Amino acid sequence: MQANTKSPSLFKSAILRVLSEKISLAALVVVAIYFLLAFLVSIGVLASDWGKEVAASYAEPSSVVWFGADIFGRSVFLKVIKATETAVMLGVVVSMISMFIGATLGMIAGYFGGLVDEIIVWFYTTVSSIPGIMLLVAIAFILGKGTTTVFLALGLTSWVGLCRIIRAEVMKHKDREYVQAANAIGAGHVRKLVKHILPNVSHLLIINFTQTFDSAIKAEVILSFLGLSVVGRPSWGGMIDDAKLELGRGVWWQLGAATLAMFIIILAFNILGDALRDALDPKLKGK
Amino acid sequence: MNIYSYVLRRLLYMIPVLLGVCLIIFVLFNLVAPDPAFILLGKHATQIQIDQLHHELGLDRSFVAQYIDIVKSAFTFDFGYSWATKQNILEMIKNGAGPSLSITAPLFVISNIVAISLALLVAFYRGKFIDKFMLVFSIAGMSIPSLAVVLFGQWFFGYKLGWFEISGYERGFPEFVPYVILPVILYTFISFGGDTRFYRTVILDEVYQDYIRTARSKGLNEVVIMFKHVLKNSMIPILTNIIIQIPFLILGLLFAESFFSIPGLGAMIINAINNSDFPVIKAMTIISAIGFMVFQIITDVAYTMVDPRMRLK
Repeated sequence: MQANTKSPSLFKSAILRVLSEKISLAALVVVAIYFLLAFLVSIGVLASDWGKEVAASYAEPSSVVWFGADIFGRSVFLKVIKATETAVMLGVVVSMISMFIGATLGMIAGYFGGLVDEIIVWFYTTVSSIPGIMLLVAIAFILGKGTTTVFLALGLTSWVGLCRIIRAEVMKHKDREYVQAANAIGAGHVRKLVKHILPNVSHLLIINFTQTFDSAIKAEVILSFLGLSVVGRPSWGGMIDDAKLELGRGVWWQLGAATLAMFIIILAFNILGDALRDALDPKLKGK
Repeated sequence: MNIYSYVLRRLLYMIPVLLGVCLIIFVLFNLVAPDPAFILLGKHATQIQIDQLHHELGLDRSFVAQYIDIVKSAFTFDFGYSWATKQNILEMIKNGAGPSLSITAPLFVISNIVAISLALLVAFYRGKFIDKFMLVFSIAGMSIPSLAVVLFGQWFFGYKLGWFEISGYERGFPEFVPYVILPVILYTFISFGGDTRFYRTVILDEVYQDYIRTARSKGLNEVVIMFKHVLKNSMIPILTNIIIQIPFLILGLLFAESFFSIPGLGAMIINAINNSDFPVIKAMTIISAIGFMVFQIITDVAYTMVDPRMRLK
């Protein structure tokens, strides 16, 4: 670091660390490209004509149709691009939902303690007692098909881990001097929680984001397989699921393209998540 | 606090949690879910038929009574009958448990042995080429969607190369073996990445401890240190991770079972979802929750018994 009198903040030094390593920098670039693609798709610049028939049904990959065509003769390449939007949106919205529920409940439980804590602990113990896959399926099944359902089902089932961590962390923080100081100048509960404690646990939110993003994309495949996933738009899970009827005829390109697209972003998020965790959580450094 | 009152307290805490599980099931299936009459009778049912069905299913009673029904089923294991097959659900579960276990039990043993051996290997050669290679390989393995692995594996090894049975199942010990080999291999591949990384982390935690430095400084060789000191001490988190997998054994393998036509519980759940078979989904949710809770307690108790530093809370 530079010979500053002021040492860089946790976030600044974390970002510097992530950027300084080639592999995590590469992962960050990959994630950025996916987000950019998703953005370009959502404003209609890219892949807006994915539904058009461009070749014969199940046309093989060639120089004209790069990744071949699906049953309706649509370009698999454009479908994969279009599905990037679905995946990124899914990852972001699900992470937001789970972050909101997990952080709110975790902070309330850790801060107030007592009966409130007991109830919240009981609630997340209950939710986590039901194997995630069963709860996910039950919620998706009950709410019926649709994009909103997928967001909700995945969001409602992925907050427990974060809630637990935040609760434990807030418990440690609430009696520290800086919170007492805030108390002394007359800060209320909400102010102490949001303005003072939250910034000190917010690195956990970032680490959690990368994990939830990953698992949301993976879980979408499961929902697709069960016929409970997004409708009216392509998704990687849906494309992989299509392959169960296609592989027997030797049509491997939908499976291949969607798996590759998923593989790259999940790999990038895994690497980025590890790098961020090392950089942001000093206790875990070097593990 | 002694161990007995600890176990007793944990067991008693299962009751409110189980009541909570029932509450979630009640809210999902009895309050939010669409009217089962539409599923069972179709669109053209008359009001009389619908009322009659509601009465049969007990849906015309108060919410409290309906909730108590679910709680009763959780404590008596009497889950009633499947809507789709009209069979007794407990019987269905008993029938499905065998095939599920015949695939998940070998998988459980093999995948853990593979993951722990690999983790020991890479921890021993930490920082060397093999460690870095395995790290990349396991992260890559974790990044492939499991459905893609199952689909591709079944097609390539079962259909293209013809090395394994593509699908089917026979009951009885030696008969089932050919049918489960491929799913076990595929799922070992699916799970090894995450497991190996976890075990590696756990083992490396111990490798850098002071007592290991002491052992090394008194001249013990690395192999003895690895197996006698490191493995023994990292056994606690390893055991925890292993025990907690057990309840999932009865859930079966959701994808693999229906792809390989293995009549286990995983396939049963998929069928129940496809047929909107509420009672079966409810029953499996309750049973898996109970299994999870029981093994959670076993894990914690085992933890406290092997590690005297843990205080009972």
